[in-house]
Amino acid sequence: MTAVLEIAGLRKTYRSRRRGTRNALDGFDMRVEAGQVHGFLGPNGSGKTTTLRTLLGLIRSDGGRMAILGHEVPAALPTVARQVGAIVESPQFFPHFTARDTLSLLASAGEVPRQRVDEVLELVGLRDRAGERVKTYSLGMKQRLAVASALLKNPKLLILDEPANGLDPGGIREMRTLTRTLAESGMTVLLSSHILGEIQLICDSVTIISLGRRVAFGPVGQVLAQHASSAVRVRLEAVTDLPAAADALTRAGLQVTPYPDHLMLADVDKPAVVSRLLAEHGLYVSELAPVAVDLESVFLELTATAPVPGQHRQVDESARVGGAARPETTGGGWGA
Amino acid sequence: MSLYRTELRRLVKRRFTRYMTLLGLLVLALVVAGLFATNEKVGPEQWAAAERQADRQHQEQVRWAERERAGCERDRAAGVTDDGRYPTDCAEIVPPPRDQIEAEWFLPATFDFRQGFEDLALAFTAVLALVAFVVGASFVGAEWSTGGMMNLLLWRPRRVTVLLTKLAALLTGLIAVTVSAGALWTAGLWLTAVLRGSTERMTPGVWESFALTGLRGLALVLAVAVVGFGLASLGRHTAMALGGAIALAVVGQFGVGILFSMANVAFVERWLMPTYALAWMQQKVTLQEWRSCVSDFSGQCQPATYDVTWGQSAVLFGAGVVLVLGAAIWAMRRRDIS
Repeated sequence: MTAVLEIAGLRKTYRSRRRGTRNALDGFDMRVEAGQVHGFLGPNGSGKTTTLRTLLGLIRSDGGRMAILGHEVPAALPTVARQVGAIVESPQFFPHFTARDTLSLLASAGEVPRQRVDEVLELVGLRDRAGERVKTYSLGMKQRLAVASALLKNPKLLILDEPANGLDPGGIREMRTLTRTLAESGMTVLLSSHILGEIQLICDSVTIISLGRRVAFGPVGQVLAQHASSAVRVRLEAVTDLPAAADALTRAGLQVTPYPDHLMLADVDKPAVVSRLLAEHGLYVSELAPVAVDLESVFLELTATAPVPGQHRQVDESARVGGAARPETTGGGWGA
Repeated sequence: MSLYRTELRRLVKRRFTRYMTLLGLLVLALVVAGLFATNEKVGPEQWAAAERQADRQHQEQVRWAERERAGCERDRAAGVTDDGRYPTDCAEIVPPPRDQIEAEWFLPATFDFRQGFEDLALAFTAVLALVAFVVGASFVGAEWSTGGMMNLLLWRPRRVTVLLTKLAALLTGLIAVTVSAGALWTAGLWLTAVLRGSTERMTPGVWESFALTGLRGLALVLAVAVVGFGLASLGRHTAMALGGAIALAVVGQFGVGILFSMANVAFVERWLMPTYALAWMQQKVTLQEWRSCVSDFSGQCQPATYDVTWGQSAVLFGAGVVLVLGAAIWAMRRRDIS
């Protein structure tokens, strides 16, 4: 498949006399295939927005290579900009202009036909409110306007940074449908979001970034499979039998984690073995369920950002590639 | 070209641009209206009235002198000590001669186009320069602070081209406003002079001189706009330019003025910006230092003088414009946009 977007070894370092040096991007790699909806995930401060800004020429990189539609950027940005629609972080517009004025000025600057303004306003559901000043818009409406501005060019690559931010549930669903429709029409969509359920639903592939490095990438199913556990949840007919069951399973060499109303078993290749073993001890299973893995759990595991009771995780505390534990030992953040 | 037209559209669409321009034009209109209301044509009737007024004032002076002289003689006869209120000889109390009271003093204000145009050109330039500064600063400052600049750069990722195109659009708008307003202003003053004053002694040479003054005014308006634009772009906020202007006024003008006066620095005005603006508009400003003596042929002390010329002003303002705009372009090229 053709790569619409390629990033290799991208580096960006922020230096501050007071706060030292911070590697926002530390050899980051990414590849987005044509016609895909690609999810771009990472904890706060992991380097997602820095990557997008660098890609779009807003930030100067300190090393690495980037290409959009086969053209090296930022050198070729003036050539490819016409084919890239983007919203980066929160939508920002001049508050005293109407949505139509805003889009009309952008269209005029980019030499886009005027009728395209009405098309995108219709597409994002702002047709009837297009004559109102942007300052009267809700966050969700501004978000729609931002998406409209990105779609104005009818781009080949659409970059959406948190497009569902501020949208109501109906709006989120509309955005999901719109994204899929655009991808089906041949547009490649790079979607950065924290709504992992959405990403899992609409993305073909994902890249997960942590502390400026890629920690996972590939088709969503493949990433999930790589991190699928062979854990099994066991419930018995009588809760009082749980200690005896835990004892029997432990003696059989299984890893058992007891909970008040069930047991969790790790690394179980054949769940039937569990059922048979317990039956031999006169213990009868009421539920024996493999634990399904989802993108959220994979994300939390890969980035080491799962909440821990009693601890307050800081924004730079996430995993570095290679699977090291917490940032206290791996470095990162200011002064690293 | 499409970007230039877009930026011109954006400039005109902005409410701040419209309101500030209207406000500036309103101030100028009020000045002309005020001139019209407070001046009148001087003819034989006005001269006759002025002569009558001068006569009345002379008569008052005569009556006052007679009253005082009578009082003086009364005190002298009574032997009253007057603590030096009256002279020793009461005959010395006399009224001023009639020719000392000039009828011209009592003429109504009349607008002499040739005499008044250049002074008023300074006011015209000052008002439009103020408008140009805030509109220029806001045009780019608001774009930075609201994220409009970032949006634009996603469409046209040539930073310096975008910045300079915006500036070109701003300057085009300002030239259009200044030239139109200048034409209306001149017409208004001419009409005032025709109806409420005089248009005498207007030769082609005088018109040429006025046109050059107008051109210098236009150049000053544009230079101030570039500085406002450049400062706001450097600070990425309109407030940066406004803060810079206030800092320059407070520190650079009042601070330096007070400090140099206290330090007895000669020709203090030489270090103040308005002197150079004045020299630019009037071609030359001659400063005088009263704490010095330059003897003339009759042996009398005259103050030392120092000329600030429009050439010096051109160098100063040109350097300022190049410095601020150069820094803004450099920052635009080098700094990250976040």
